[in-house]
Amino acid sequence: MKWIDYAAPNSVREAVDLLNEAGDRARIMAGGTDLLVQLRAGAHDLDLVVDGKGIPELNELTYDPVNGLTIGAAVACYKIYGNASVRQAYPGLIDTASLIGGTQIQGRASLGGNLCNAAPSGDSIPAMIALKGVAHIAGPDGTRDVPVEEFCTFVRQTVLKRGEILVSLKFPAPVANSGAHYLRFIPRNEMDIAVAGAGVSVVLDNGNIKEARVALAAVAPTPLFVAEAGAAISGKPATEDTIRIASGIARDAAKPITDMRGTIEYRKHLCEVLTRRALTTAIERAKENS
Amino acid sequence: MATTKQFEPNMVLSNQEYDVVGTRPIRPDGADKVTGRALYGADFDTAGLLHGKMLRSPHAHARIRSIDTSKAEALPGVQAVVTHKDFPQDEGAGGVQWSRDNMLASGKALYKGHAIAAVAASSPHVAEEAVGLIEVDYEVLPSTTTVLDAMRDDAPILHDSLVTDELGEKTGKVSNIAQHFQHVKGDLAKGFEAAEVVVEREFHTKTVHQGYIEPQNATALWNNDGRLHIWTSTQGSFGVRDNCAKMLGLPVSQIRVVPMEIGGGFGGKIDVYLEPVAALLSRETGTPVKLVMSRADVFEGTGPTPGSYAKVKMGATRDGKIVAAHAYLAMEAGAFPGSPVSAGAMCVLASYDIDNVLIDGYDVVVNKPKTAAYRAPGAPNAAFASEQVVDELARELGMDPIELRLKNAAKEGTVRADGPSFPRIGCVEVLEAMREHPHYSAPIEGPNRGRGVAIGFWFNIGMRSACNITVNSDGTINLTEGSTDIGGSRASIAMQAAEVLTIPAEDVRPTVVDTDSVGYTMLTGGSRTTFATGWAAYEAAQDVRRKMIERVAGIWGIEPDSVELEHGVFLHRPAQVGSAPRQELLTPETRSAFGRYVPPGEEGAFDRPQSEAEPELQMTFKELAGQLGSTGGGVSGTADVNPAGVGGSFAGNIVDVEIDPETGKIQILRFTAFQDAGKAIHPSYVEGQMQGGSVQGIGWAINEEYYMNADGRMDNTSLLDYRMPTSLDIPMIDTVIIEVANPGHPFGVRGVGEANIIPPTPAIANAVHDATGTRFNELPINPGVVTKAILAKK
Amino acid sequence: MPAKTYVQATINGEHVDFLAEPRQSLLECLRDEIGLTGSKEGCNDGNCGACTVVFDGRIVTACLVLGVEAEGKEVTTIEGIAEGSTLHPIQQAFLENAALQCGICTPGFIVASKALLDQNPDPTEHEIRFWLANNLCRCTGYDKIIRAVQDAAVKMQEA
Repeated sequence: MKWIDYAAPNSVREAVDLLNEAGDRARIMAGGTDLLVQLRAGAHDLDLVVDGKGIPELNELTYDPVNGLTIGAAVACYKIYGNASVRQAYPGLIDTASLIGGTQIQGRASLGGNLCNAAPSGDSIPAMIALKGVAHIAGPDGTRDVPVEEFCTFVRQTVLKRGEILVSLKFPAPVANSGAHYLRFIPRNEMDIAVAGAGVSVVLDNGNIKEARVALAAVAPTPLFVAEAGAAISGKPATEDTIRIASGIARDAAKPITDMRGTIEYRKHLCEVLTRRALTTAIERAKENS
Repeated sequence: MATTKQFEPNMVLSNQEYDVVGTRPIRPDGADKVTGRALYGADFDTAGLLHGKMLRSPHAHARIRSIDTSKAEALPGVQAVVTHKDFPQDEGAGGVQWSRDNMLASGKALYKGHAIAAVAASSPHVAEEAVGLIEVDYEVLPSTTTVLDAMRDDAPILHDSLVTDELGEKTGKVSNIAQHFQHVKGDLAKGFEAAEVVVEREFHTKTVHQGYIEPQNATALWNNDGRLHIWTSTQGSFGVRDNCAKMLGLPVSQIRVVPMEIGGGFGGKIDVYLEPVAALLSRETGTPVKLVMSRADVFEGTGPTPGSYAKVKMGATRDGKIVAAHAYLAMEAGAFPGSPVSAGAMCVLASYDIDNVLIDGYDVVVNKPKTAAYRAPGAPNAAFASEQVVDELARELGMDPIELRLKNAAKEGTVRADGPSFPRIGCVEVLEAMREHPHYSAPIEGPNRGRGVAIGFWFNIGMRSACNITVNSDGTINLTEGSTDIGGSRASIAMQAAEVLTIPAEDVRPTVVDTDSVGYTMLTGGSRTTFATGWAAYEAAQDVRRKMIERVAGIWGIEPDSVELEHGVFLHRPAQVGSAPRQELLTPETRSAFGRYVPPGEEGAFDRPQSEAEPELQMTFKELAGQLGSTGGGVSGTADVNPAGVGGSFAGNIVDVEIDPETGKIQILRFTAFQDAGKAIHPSYVEGQMQGGSVQGIGWAINEEYYMNADGRMDNTSLLDYRMPTSLDIPMIDTVIIEVANPGHPFGVRGVGEANIIPPTPAIANAVHDATGTRFNELPINPGVVTKAILAKK
Repeated sequence: MPAKTYVQATINGEHVDFLAEPRQSLLECLRDEIGLTGSKEGCNDGNCGACTVVFDGRIVTACLVLGVEAEGKEVTTIEGIAEGSTLHPIQQAFLENAALQCGICTPGFIVASKALLDQNPDPTEHEIRFWLANNLCRCTGYDKIIRAVQDAAVKMQEA
């Protein structure tokens, strides 16, 4: 690696100032599991790495049944699934936190980092979209909130402007009769980047789907929120036929490429399969969650 | 079919019991390996060490117009930069010139990752920065990266000097086909005329890598006295010495190679990739220089195993007798000739006694790294083809796949198509064990599940090994040998010496030593180490045994040939003649759980009949050892061997799979590995070889490949996307060790390291066919490919 | 020449200080600056687990931690697993079960297995395999490693 400097600020203000001054010569680091690999491959030309793990707001992990969940951008996955109340309230999020990489990766990698890395295949992102996650950003001009589905703009590109950092991710409190699930396909049983992934959530009302959200990984330049899939099944009975309407729309909405991880045809096929299976599980969870 | 044997997990079907051989002592290097103390090549450190990095070609095929190293040399911290011009500049192509070319390219870059130059600097990071400053002017050329493409008349040519050797004749035709050879037995046309059922299929495999977890490394010191010292993780320190001598133009006596511990090899650490370059850098700087490869370098700059094309045609009569077989094998050699197609040709039909056989083998260069051995090299590619055709044949004939194989199984006296006639072998015994095993008759429950079987053969090698043994005054022995220990061989070698000297395995202190300290020893590979270096240990121990017997006979004032050594005790047996060991059949009750020798008098000791010996003429091995110094001096034994009695090994698999029909994912439900070991010296490490080779085969079958893009470059140069099995992908691998003693070895040993990687790819393909009805003739059988086939069927 | 950073950490229970360039990983610092070569480099990108250490109470791949991040933190490496001159039950179990062949992955597996058994003393086979999926072995096929962990779990519970 070429020489880099390292800074470990203790406040959001300090981090914002460092990043604003350095512009694209600096990046913020959470777990480092993406950034360090990229630096070694020469994907970034930086002078400075700003470690966000010393900033209290980036380490926050709080939940209450009224205000919902706040996860700091640097909170490692293992802390998320290690928290009993978060595990209980957000199984759809635990799905993804416990399958990114492997055990050691989960000791460092964070959902915030996964989002800011903005890979098309980012496993946490469809799950966070399904759960109506909101990105809380701080920058030189103050703070702002952006829904997760709008955060990534292209491959490895986000809405973050010069000097801005992701501070935390906020999720509304789960409602009764709701369920969520993230399901991805990988060739091995762990460690791999998703060939395709589906993050879904449903809210049931008397055996009907009151609301549904479907988002896909690895089948577009960014994780894809397929609003029309959820809209098409809203109000319909929670049956397999209904699920297949949504999964068919998901397949049609997918715009994958062919690369070393999969072909266009295979990925589109998987979108249908994974969306269908994920919705089936989400509905089962919703029924248990009344 | 009634089972006549009771099978337990991890069984050893043993024919001969010994005191030490066949037990499971803790390996002598164990404490170092589980505490992180063992020193592997990258751990080596010494005063003044500099760090090296290689510049590698970004192009699959390019002419090198010029190399400008001036900016790299000017970077603070850089002490040397070398290129091909720093090698001795001999004339002529082929041989050592091609070896040097692979080390550092001259004239042409022949694959992406081909080393062009190397830098030595104060830290690996500075060296890496310096490499980025070397400027190379390339003329990019069209490339060819698959065997069939490279064989076409209009394919881009790699070497203007390479002409095809066609059936032994140099044709004069410049080509990427380095060689075409044939093995002929009987009359193929006549054979097929008599066949009532014929199956012919084509198969394709991709480049795969051995996947050792430890990247290559080498440290070299070109000392002020002109002697070159090399510390490296290698499968063969004498091979490194020979290669460096040739490439650097040095006599072998000027080079000392110190083998560090090695983190896996599987054939990929036999050739040199760094040592000569480290030496050149050290010659420039006058200090030690260490080079360690990155994982991407390992994929792109070492020696994977070939991608290949095979066409196999087999004919049988309705009674199941295979009457004719034709195997066409074309394998990628990488950038320089020398694929393992000849070994593949030896093995492809070796499991069967067929009267009429033709094998065509093609060695073809392509713009990929030069291939190296990978565990039974060439044979898995061939078996993926032939064992699926056998499976098809069984289905066409309506025969059980094991019964068909048994009906045609090679036996003692069967003549292979490449010429040799088999001595005593265990093909039939392996097949019978498979047929009788509960796995084979277990019901397959549930949809999308299937079962497949396959067998394979590897010839194994002998070759030269040496060993020295010294007796310590406390009755332990020091044993030095030159076989780097990749899989626990120190233990197996020590155990054979212990068996001869009738002492416990724990009383042997084996050390792997450098090339100055032991006689010439060939590589740890070719499934030869337990066989050949074990034999050297056996002979050295016999040498010690003779000398100890002479010494004690002298002490007692009697003739040596009336002295026996039994269970650690020298005895005077006047009626006995000769010094051959008496192998008593011990029951489990006379051994402790770990097979430790129990001295007489202690609980669990074997009760020796005392009446035949004169009680006052007894001395334990330990007692005699303590008296050596005062009775004439120490005792050492030595041996240099080149044993001829090599025994081949047969391996078989039964595997159950389940397919997810919507994603194409294959799960391995149950896997049983069978292998004839001749004699398992240390059964735990034989099981380990079988389990390891099986899992490599599983990865090869379902996921591993070099994913080449349109520019001839490997896209997946990381362990993220070169997908080797994780612990979550694999079930327990049950093993059955069959022992059909090799008559050519004192303990009956057959090498076991390699044959086990041969059956998995066809066994899994056969299981997937059983589950889906689709024959997959390309590797890897990955989920995308399976799904495509399933959908196409609908 | 830019300056190195002075780092103080607790490694295997001992106070250790060292100099690190920020671009050096914790793995490089352990091996090249502190002399603890037991943690191995297999891939340098978190995919093989050969560099597994306990960092701040959790197993991580040391190749993806910067050396400067160790400031004020506790690190346990393979060199800190044995209890003085007595092997830890996991180390002993690896030897008795022949759970290593070349041994290069063994330090990573032992550190990772100990972390598992410390938090889950009686894991199922699936739980063991899932926990260890970030550790690659190419020699053993995993069978004997899993058995060694199961064996160690039994021995540790009996103790």
